Amino acid sequence: MSSATPPLASARKAGLFRSGEPFIWITGSGLAAAVLMVAGLLWLILANGLGFFWPAEVSQYALSDGRTVAGPLAARERVPDPGATAGTPPRWRIKVKQGNRDVTGEDFVWIDESAIRSTTKPADVIAFERREWGAFYGWVKEVRDGGNVVASGRDASWKALGALLPKALDVYEEALTLEKDRIGAVNFEKDKLRLARKKLERKGVSSGPDVEALAAKESKLQAEYDRLLTELQAVRSRVTAVLVLETAGGQEKELPLVQVVRADRPNEMGWFTKAGRYAANVWAFVSEDPRESNTEGGVFPAIFGTVLMVLIMSIVVTPLGVLTAFYLREYAKQGPVVSAVRIAVNNLAGVPSIVYGVFGLGFFIYFLGGSIDRLFFSEALPTPTWGTGGILWASLTLSLLTVPVVIVSAEEGLAAIPRGMREASLALGATKFETMWRVVLPAVMPSILTGLILAMARAAGEVAPLMITGVVKLAPALPIDGFAPFMHLDRKFMHLGFHIYDVGFQSPNVDAARPMVFTTTILLIVLVVALNLTAIVIRGRLRKKLRSSGI
Amino acid sequence: MDAQIMTAPTPALAIETRVSAPADAPASGAPALIELKRFNFWYGEKQALFDIDLTVKERSVTAFIGPSGCGKSTLLRCLNRMNDLIDGVRVEGSLRVNGEDLYGPDIDVVDVRKRLGMVFQKSNPFPKSIFENVVYGLRIQGERNRTRLRDACEVALKGAALWDEVKDRLDDSALSLSGGQMQRLCIARALAVEPEVVLMDEPCSALDPIATAKIEELIFSLKDRFTIVIVTHNMQQAARVSEETGFFMLGKLVEFDKTDVIFTRPKQKMTEDYITGRFG
Repeated sequence: MSSATPPLASARKAGLFRSGEPFIWITGSGLAAAVLMVAGLLWLILANGLGFFWPAEVSQYALSDGRTVAGPLAARERVPDPGATAGTPPRWRIKVKQGNRDVTGEDFVWIDESAIRSTTKPADVIAFERREWGAFYGWVKEVRDGGNVVASGRDASWKALGALLPKALDVYEEALTLEKDRIGAVNFEKDKLRLARKKLERKGVSSGPDVEALAAKESKLQAEYDRLLTELQAVRSRVTAVLVLETAGGQEKELPLVQVVRADRPNEMGWFTKAGRYAANVWAFVSEDPRESNTEGGVFPAIFGTVLMVLIMSIVVTPLGVLTAFYLREYAKQGPVVSAVRIAVNNLAGVPSIVYGVFGLGFFIYFLGGSIDRLFFSEALPTPTWGTGGILWASLTLSLLTVPVVIVSAEEGLAAIPRGMREASLALGATKFETMWRVVLPAVMPSILTGLILAMARAAGEVAPLMITGVVKLAPALPIDGFAPFMHLDRKFMHLGFHIYDVGFQSPNVDAARPMVFTTTILLIVLVVALNLTAIVIRGRLRKKLRSSGI
Repeated sequence: MDAQIMTAPTPALAIETRVSAPADAPASGAPALIELKRFNFWYGEKQALFDIDLTVKERSVTAFIGPSGCGKSTLLRCLNRMNDLIDGVRVEGSLRVNGEDLYGPDIDVVDVRKRLGMVFQKSNPFPKSIFENVVYGLRIQGERNRTRLRDACEVALKGAALWDEVKDRLDDSALSLSGGQMQRLCIARALAVEPEVVLMDEPCSALDPIATAKIEELIFSLKDRFTIVIVTHNMQQAARVSEETGFFMLGKLVEFDKTDVIFTRPKQKMTEDYITGRFG
């Protein structure tokens, strides 16, 4: 066509830039770059994290130096050889997770592929997850109970293990409940009595009916405590079985049955069994407490802490930001002062988050918390109650961090409400406040929620300010529990973002913990998306109410 | 309400600022409801209205016509003090409703707006249900009784000739209505609080001819119960609906008389030029 009509074609060429065609391409490539980066990041996290829960097959490698190593393949890479002449075929090595840290000393071992004589996949090899010392790969040689041999030989022992393990897990669960709930309750009461006694001592009361009453209560509690301890011993002693394990290298190791969390024969498992195990592993990850300084087990306390912190932050930041925006936009006389305030608010969003952390530490924890302690919790001093990091202080710090976002969104929403809507209300005899309350606030709700969505996303992913305002590696108790007053906002808490940092960089066993970094990241992303989706759905409903239904 | 309206103006009670000329006696028997004498208005330094003298009769339709920027809308918005919302406005002269000085020191602005309802150029329903829109003013006044609100809503919607179209979907969003229906809803909303005066600021300028005809019919039927002041660009409309017409030009009231006089035998050359389309 262009050759048939040369004048038209040239005209089109001359107007290429004016036609806007290149601009469309530029904007499109901008979007493409953004999408690529997000997709790449997600792919990296998902690819590394999702495989972690899949039961890996265990290979057994016989090496040319006579050693035998068994374990799942963890990585394969080219042996770096900078001095090699061109044309030399590359050499490869593999990383095997051999587990058995207590026996071999190393969780992972590098093997040169040229040193492998043979690779087998023994069907009967067992992968254990233990409460201590990480994974174990090997076989059960014998099962003993109270000095008697219950089963002997690999297959018989596996069967015996299958019969004994569920009961052992039940007993463990029972002991844990007893320890946490009932003994925990006694300890909680004991601590209250300790503080009450201290309070009396500070008043100078060392005898009298109060002291005696306290002593009576204390001895009663102590008796209860001793009784529970005996009960706990009794429960624990119900499982006495011991496994005699054998590694691929031929070493033996005794393992009490209570130490076993899970035992599988991954090489025997079919696809569906593996899928079931996968689901169970995922569930364990989100519902269990962490073990072994966070490198094993689940992250439930971190999920709980993150969600609770974001919720408290939202409850604080929404009214704060909305009220500020209303004053700035509706009541304040627009002028240089208001403009300066507005600029300052916008710039607050750019202050490094650690600065907020330092402020939170100084103002909330030392000043506010310290004052509360001196006024109301003086009996516990020098142990601080509120004068130390806690979930409330962390949430307040984060609400300061995110309040500019809410203010800006709410203000923009207010500016977008048509003048006619306010005038209609005023013309009907409404006061300015009634107009705000009945017309402006409902109409600005979607914008407020937009601000809240941004604030929540930021708060959930923030780590630095939390590290000095209340996040810990391992919190002994959740901020909400069954003991009055049920909400313990002074408690320290765990957080997924900090958990990622802790597991990835502070862990004693970084290689073993690395997959946890990715799984935790996935979880954090899922959590942020879930929180946002909730807010988006609510906002969508509100908008629908505010917009015409399209007739 | 009727008793209040029937009360004759009592100039003796009002505080006159600068009246020299005697008030024009109402042309016909209907008593005057709104009286302006030497009314001046400024937006900051800019004077928008100059010495307006005018009387609006009770239960009649009065139209303000004139080219854009002539001050007719400004005057309308002075009548229920909507101009107070703008910074730096100033008035001089007297504006009385029922003999009461609207800009006097003891006047409650919120009360003024209840008594002089307003319908705007662009329909501005609240993003609420049809029902909630109509009873908004009553709710503001503290009415909680559901039956009374229902009844008032029905009366107002019937008054605005909208009842038959929306009676089955009062809980639908007001924003689902058509443009003409929305404007009638805004009229119903203004009627629901039973104002003495309904001020209409170019109520049909955004509507198609059929919707316009409906609103004009409505205005005609409302005149038995309400005093209506309407600002319009459309001279035919003014001729059709109003009894008296004021022609404004550059902030001044050029001529004010019975509508048929204005449109057939105007006294001023400028009025004649405008209505015959020689400018404007």
